Amino acid sequence: MGKTIRIDAKGVHYTPLNIMLREAVADGVKEIILDNVLGQRFIGNGLRGDDVSIKINGVAGGDLAMFMSGPEIIVNGNCDHAPGNTMDSGRIIIHGSAGDATAHSMRGGEVYVRDNIGYRGGIHMKEYQEKRPVLVVGGTARAFLGEYMAGGLLIVLGLNSLFPVNERGVGSGIHGGKIILRGDIDESKLGIGAKKEKLKVEDLEEIRPYIKKFSKYFGLNSEELLKSEFTKIIPASSRPFANKYCWE
Amino acid sequence: MTIGSTPVKFKITIDNEQCMLCERCIENCSYGVFRREGQKIIPDSRKCTACHRCMAMCPRDAITMQEKPNDYRSHPVWTREAREAIYNQAKTGRIILSGMGNAADYPIIFDRLVLDACQVTNPSIDPLREPMELRTYIGKKPRRVKVSKKGSGDYNLETKLAPNLKLETPIMIGHMSYGAISLNAQLSMAKAVSEVGTFMGTGEGGLHKDLYPYQNNMIVQVASGRFGVDINYLERGAAIEIKVGQGAKPGIGGHLPGEKVSEDVSKTRMIPLHSDAISPAPHHDIYSIEDLAQLVRSLKEATEWKKPVFVKIAAVHHAPAIAAGIARSSADAVVVDGFRGGTGAAPRVFRDNVGIPIEAAVAAVDEKLRDQGVRNEISVIASGGIRDSADLTKTIALGADAVYIGTAALVAMGCRVCGSCYRGLCPWGIATQRQDLVDRLNPDEASHNVANLINGWTLELAELMGAAGINSIESLRGNRDRLRGYMLDEGIMKVLDVKMVGA
Amino acid sequence: MCGIISVIDRSKNYMDGGAIKNALALMNERGSGEGAGYAVYGAYPDYKDYYALHVFYDNIVEPKEAVEELLEKWGKIEYAEEIPTYEQDRLRKQHIPWRYFFKPDIRLLAGTCSPEEDAIINIVNKVNTEIKGALIFSSGKDIGVFKASGWPEDVANFYRIEDYEGYIWMGHNRYPTNTSGWWGGAHPFNLLNWSVIHNGEITSYGTNRRYIESFGYKCTMKTDTEVVAYLADLLGRRHELPEELSVKALAPPFWDDIDRMSENERDLHTALRMAYGGALMNGPFAIVIAKPEGIVGFTDRIKLRPMIAAESGDRLYISSEEAAIRTMEQNLDRVWMPSAGEPVIGMVRR
Repeated sequence: MGKTIRIDAKGVHYTPLNIMLREAVADGVKEIILDNVLGQRFIGNGLRGDDVSIKINGVAGGDLAMFMSGPEIIVNGNCDHAPGNTMDSGRIIIHGSAGDATAHSMRGGEVYVRDNIGYRGGIHMKEYQEKRPVLVVGGTARAFLGEYMAGGLLIVLGLNSLFPVNERGVGSGIHGGKIILRGDIDESKLGIGAKKEKLKVEDLEEIRPYIKKFSKYFGLNSEELLKSEFTKIIPASSRPFANKYCWE
Repeated sequence: MTIGSTPVKFKITIDNEQCMLCERCIENCSYGVFRREGQKIIPDSRKCTACHRCMAMCPRDAITMQEKPNDYRSHPVWTREAREAIYNQAKTGRIILSGMGNAADYPIIFDRLVLDACQVTNPSIDPLREPMELRTYIGKKPRRVKVSKKGSGDYNLETKLAPNLKLETPIMIGHMSYGAISLNAQLSMAKAVSEVGTFMGTGEGGLHKDLYPYQNNMIVQVASGRFGVDINYLERGAAIEIKVGQGAKPGIGGHLPGEKVSEDVSKTRMIPLHSDAISPAPHHDIYSIEDLAQLVRSLKEATEWKKPVFVKIAAVHHAPAIAAGIARSSADAVVVDGFRGGTGAAPRVFRDNVGIPIEAAVAAVDEKLRDQGVRNEISVIASGGIRDSADLTKTIALGADAVYIGTAALVAMGCRVCGSCYRGLCPWGIATQRQDLVDRLNPDEASHNVANLINGWTLELAELMGAAGINSIESLRGNRDRLRGYMLDEGIMKVLDVKMVGA
Repeated sequence: MCGIISVIDRSKNYMDGGAIKNALALMNERGSGEGAGYAVYGAYPDYKDYYALHVFYDNIVEPKEAVEELLEKWGKIEYAEEIPTYEQDRLRKQHIPWRYFFKPDIRLLAGTCSPEEDAIINIVNKVNTEIKGALIFSSGKDIGVFKASGWPEDVANFYRIEDYEGYIWMGHNRYPTNTSGWWGGAHPFNLLNWSVIHNGEITSYGTNRRYIESFGYKCTMKTDTEVVAYLADLLGRRHELPEELSVKALAPPFWDDIDRMSENERDLHTALRMAYGGALMNGPFAIVIAKPEGIVGFTDRIKLRPMIAAESGDRLYISSEEAAIRTMEQNLDRVWMPSAGEPVIGMVRR
């Protein structure tokens, strides 16, 4: 076990807070606990480090772990907009809900949200070679889920609700990756370029490790969860807008 | 021979190296330009109207056309057109007829208006990914909505809505009558509007029975000649339009020559075969605004208040005041037709000199209706020289609810704007009643072309709106803040109520 | 970008302005220090039957004389004073704020069924368009708007906002785009009993302005926010629409959703869209509108700006950020993200 430090973030601006984080990581600290966080943005922004864990107690502000490459962040509370924005690798575990554009343009790593996410969750998630981002949401998502999605895996479990997502524009413009919903979704909620399919065995195998992790983090029974009915949403085409243009 | 012949307008040359003597040009030219002499095709350039039919059908690209091969001595005042009009009238002593819209060299205001787009402070919207609403209702709107609360806590609508036309895109096709154009041309457009969810006008030519399947997307017209008008016709239309005037020839009536009144045309218009169909200049039951209100009400009574009634006027100097008068009647929409509106035939002097441009007319009409607090209750349809989706977008931003296109729809069916519609020999099968020519236009194919055009413009409109951060057409309508004037004078910008670029 | 926050105590327990100052300051990242402001309902219990007119004067010579002459022509000034302010290092006092408790003489205005309100609207329009160096920025009964160019905490301290109490509070932290950070451009924007705070930019401003002006309103503030107040007044007061339907007119459901509704609902929403197309607000926004009876918050139809609501007992909070709400109340019963275009309504209990 490495070193652990505790920082009282009450009233501390995000810039000094991030300086403290970076210095601690440079000093070889492996576990950092931030208490009394209230709305500070950019926590862990661009932070590197593969075996570093940061615990946030409080409400994390926008763009949590943006560009982050490596560390794990656990939030005991809700997050504002876009946690995991353009995140490179590492993990965010949110014991609460997250705001709009969660995992926006995420390139790699994993984001687990126990409760709900806002609008445009997983918008433009993308994958390249070995980098494949994963977003798992325990509660519900809002409209435009996985909009413009170009890669990665987006799972919404819809625990404690009738539908995992019951708003418009799901997968609108999706041209890569897949969205897995526990339960079903009405066709009218799908966006342009998205199509609904039954889950295949290999899809179930693909989500299994992430459902297991999710269950471990939030104290659920993964085997029970995996017995659920799932729906898969994938691109109807990798070039959804190909028919839009003609040459002069 | 005092005057002699004037120089040919177009010179046709055949590249004999390329020509394979297939004679398609001879078959296709309804004006008789081509003949074969031995191993050569010989053109008679003087007959050419620049309709391009020959070139379009030539498999070898062997035909070249040159416009105005012979110059007059140049003179800034005594232009070629001015001189040739004089020769013409000196020979005939008559009124010069011309086709298509205004050909005078007026600056086009549309080309000096630029649109806006979002950067940073609000996001532009991708119209294919996010919702983009172009649905437009044409008709009378309530000034306010009244509701009552039901026991269940829901609200009950107390306001009664007047019938409206529901458009999926704010582009309609204006009135071009059977007679002026062919049945196949009307059929093509009717299929297209039904497919894309919009409407077209019948013109003052009645409704041919072949168009009955599309009647739910057709606006029937009542003009001063009342041709083809009976209760059956009125009831078939989705809406009824009273045509008071037309942008191409404000203040005058129309005249379909007897030779165009074929058997079918005569049946549809309900007039004797080969007799002239003359539409008087005014409606002889409308000599003042209150008479118009009477006709509107009469049409509504006859159709049990189930149909919206439009009133179409030419954009003239007092168009705003006239529109305000129309708004006070029971009319549901006012159509304003600008001075660049097309026509099959109009006296040249009218076409080129009477009326005002649609840009200014729409802005002024919209403004006047707002001043009087009634703009929201009546729809404004603009027409006359709308060439592309940019003109469409600018027209709506200036204050129109929707546009009528005319020439653009004909061009989508092959029309080359040669302006010889009044001769009835249209080689594209559009402005003709000659069966062999009409047969050239295949309604199944041409309807796709017209639908494609409307769809293409609709996509572009959606893109332009999305770029401006607008996802519903209501928010573009009258949104002149999203326009700027480029090299427009202050007076015009005041009329348009737009700022200049940079401001 | 802008940050907004509002709170109502539905039992009309009064709160002082100290807490909202801190909440707004927490969102300084959303502002630029060029504008902040507060509105409080219940500010003037001693004068609650009078219109409290807050005026910015460039100087207290000509413009003040002109305003007072106009007011005396139109009614009676019950009491007038300079609004107490306290010098702040980072805030330049560009105007002298003044307040009048005023009652218009309803006999002077014909052709209206709400002469008091219309007289006040006339006076506000006249002062703001015709009297140079004077701007009425608050004109409701028992309501006070306090705003200036500066950071939220400086503006609050400038007015000593904690000295005021009320049952509704609104705060706004401005990052100006359309107009520079002049005092009049700061939010809340107020007209009569309506106050508005707004984050975002209304892309339909030109359409909305032309629409509202055809009902006799005059837009004088060069900002899209003022049309929201006028639209709220038109729909809520003059057209008597209930709050939730006013919001449905301003941020309506999409046609494809309307098409799927039950017949009764479909007719209602179709009528609203047809009648109020010119009132539809486009572009990104999160807005809270207040009136003495309560507050209504809503976002644009596709949720381009953030909005969080929370409840704690009788208090309903609406804000750009949950963290701001938590500075005012640690223990929240419920925190939620309202749906796009769906109103969050908090009304005082009767």
